[in-house]
Amino acid sequence: MNLATIAWKSIRQRGLASSLTALSVALGVMLMVAVLVIFGILQNTFNQRSINYDLIVGAKGDPLQLVLSTVYHISPPIENLPYRYYVDWKKDKRIESAIPLAMGDVTEQGSFPIVGTIPEFFEIDYAPGREFLFTKDSAEMRRPFEAYIGSRVAIENGWGVGAKLKLVHGGADSGHVHNEEFTVVGLLAPTGTPHDKTVYVNLEGFYQIEGHDKPLGEGIKREREFYGEPPLSPEELAAEVKKIEAKYGTHDHAGHDHAGHNHIHELPMVQKQITAILLRCKGLTVGPLIAGELKKGYQAQAVNPIFPMQKLLDQFLRPAMELLMVLTVLIIVVSGIGIFVSIYNSMAARRREIAIMRALGAQRGTVFSIILAESIILCVGGGLLGLALGHGLVFVAAPIVESQTGLIVNPLAFEMQELLLLPALLLLATLVGILPGLTAYRTDVAESLSGS
Amino acid sequence: MSLELRNVTKTYREPGGGRLPVLNVNHFQLAAGEQVVLVGSSGGGKTTLLNIIAGITAADGGEVLVGGTDLVKLPEAARDRFRAERIGYVFQTFNLLPAFTALENVLLGMSFGGKRADRARAIKLLERVGLGHRLHHQPSQMSVGEQQRTSVARALANVPRLLLADEPTANVDAANQQTILELLRDSCREHNVSLLLVTHAPEVANQFERVEKLADFNRPA
Repeated sequence: MNLATIAWKSIRQRGLASSLTALSVALGVMLMVAVLVIFGILQNTFNQRSINYDLIVGAKGDPLQLVLSTVYHISPPIENLPYRYYVDWKKDKRIESAIPLAMGDVTEQGSFPIVGTIPEFFEIDYAPGREFLFTKDSAEMRRPFEAYIGSRVAIENGWGVGAKLKLVHGGADSGHVHNEEFTVVGLLAPTGTPHDKTVYVNLEGFYQIEGHDKPLGEGIKREREFYGEPPLSPEELAAEVKKIEAKYGTHDHAGHDHAGHNHIHELPMVQKQITAILLRCKGLTVGPLIAGELKKGYQAQAVNPIFPMQKLLDQFLRPAMELLMVLTVLIIVVSGIGIFVSIYNSMAARRREIAIMRALGAQRGTVFSIILAESIILCVGGGLLGLALGHGLVFVAAPIVESQTGLIVNPLAFEMQELLLLPALLLLATLVGILPGLTAYRTDVAESLSGS
Repeated sequence: MSLELRNVTKTYREPGGGRLPVLNVNHFQLAAGEQVVLVGSSGGGKTTLLNIIAGITAADGGEVLVGGTDLVKLPEAARDRFRAERIGYVFQTFNLLPAFTALENVLLGMSFGGKRADRARAIKLLERVGLGHRLHHQPSQMSVGEQQRTSVARALANVPRLLLADEPTANVDAANQQTILELLRDSCREHNVSLLLVTHAPEVANQFERVEKLADFNRPA
């Protein structure tokens, strides 16, 4: 019969007190694991590994909102930019690639965010060294009303290649469903990023949707305003509209029924708008340079996506996590004290048992070790239970967090810091077990046996 | 295994700071395989003497030779090991661990002897004392007689060479008294174990060939 078995017997003898103290450790560890895992998920989601672009260019406003809306689709876009602005960046010799994004709509089924973009978007790694992969039956997005869907969209909506989808205008609450239908031509392999929960439609098709093309006059006015050009008089504006209409022809959406009717009509650039532009720069110094240039102007802002997220993490999430960690550590320490009190209080009643073991030949070190083993079993056992409960909590909470925030939460996520829990609990158990262990060590055998 | 005591003394510290002499044994001897009863008045030092022989209590001076090994000269850890390996002890109040079953109490006795606990042997011992049907019962689920028989099995667990029994029949009824006594004597005879049994019951003492009165050889100053 080994020491652990003897210790386990003693723990079972004090079943209720032992269970409660181990449970208190378990609850502390559960909270700690949940905090660690959730913060790890946030860190992984928001760190630089999740995006492979140097800059996001968008309308002036909160940089954090720009990043949250463009990369994570968990915030409404700030404002739109003229399509011409994207063309300007494309021509900029300092830029390796410029990708336009148009956002704001969601799918009718499941309210997944819709992003209008160009096929080139999928030729660039979504994160450093991680390229977009597609299922075997996927085809290239060539025609305007074609779409790619993320892996989670495919699973949750039960969509595959060939599925048809409709868009809800300006978010799930607007209630206005566009008549135009997109056909899924590709399924993205899981990435563990917001791409999994996104539907990408061909930008050309996005502009063909009723209401997505600005009225010509308004488009001209906004573009001139954006570039700081003097406003046109009503006569000049009418002449400009006429000139463009003569070149592209007119198209009145209200004039016919769009249901089941995906038709293409060429749009002048002035009627197109984008929400953001993703830039990859030639050289490391270009990004900060461009960001600095735009800061001086009033047109737009260029944001390195890492910085606002780091700021969010460092200023708000990290302190909150640290506070939670301190609280959970305190809970575990208090639980440890509970174990100490439980074992120490039992020592008076167990003096005789210890004396019996000593009389049977157990050495002082042996009885000390038995008490220490009890403390370790309670602490580590409670800790392991807490680990399981913590991961169980994350597993159960993952779909809820996902549905509430749009963040991808891996229910099986594991943080390396969790590995420190075991040695920390062993240390706590040792500290907690020393004093009762010494009481056992010092037990006077003859006196304790005669005290019956 | 023989036992020999020479000039063994023991005093206890009194609350006032003085020393209370309890034992002063000039000479006492027990041959290997011999069975001896020790009788004496209550508070006369019988239990203290057994504890000194078992190495539980350290003597102040003299020699306690068990099989030629002087326990007085051994450090405490060595005395513990010696006791676990060679001395069996049956207590008046049984001293079974309440959370352990009969079998586990016997296995526990084996655990401290430095050898691997032999489950088969523990079961045999319990069958030998008539408790084959009580292996998995805790002390609280057993009668007083069964508890004492369990403690006898535990004392024999490590094949001791010397068995000490402190009033082993004091807490059991007459029927069980004889059973336990025979069990102890037969077991010791079977394995040529020396037996030193302390009692104040004449009906127990009368069954032994050699009866020693503690007062005859213990003269505390």
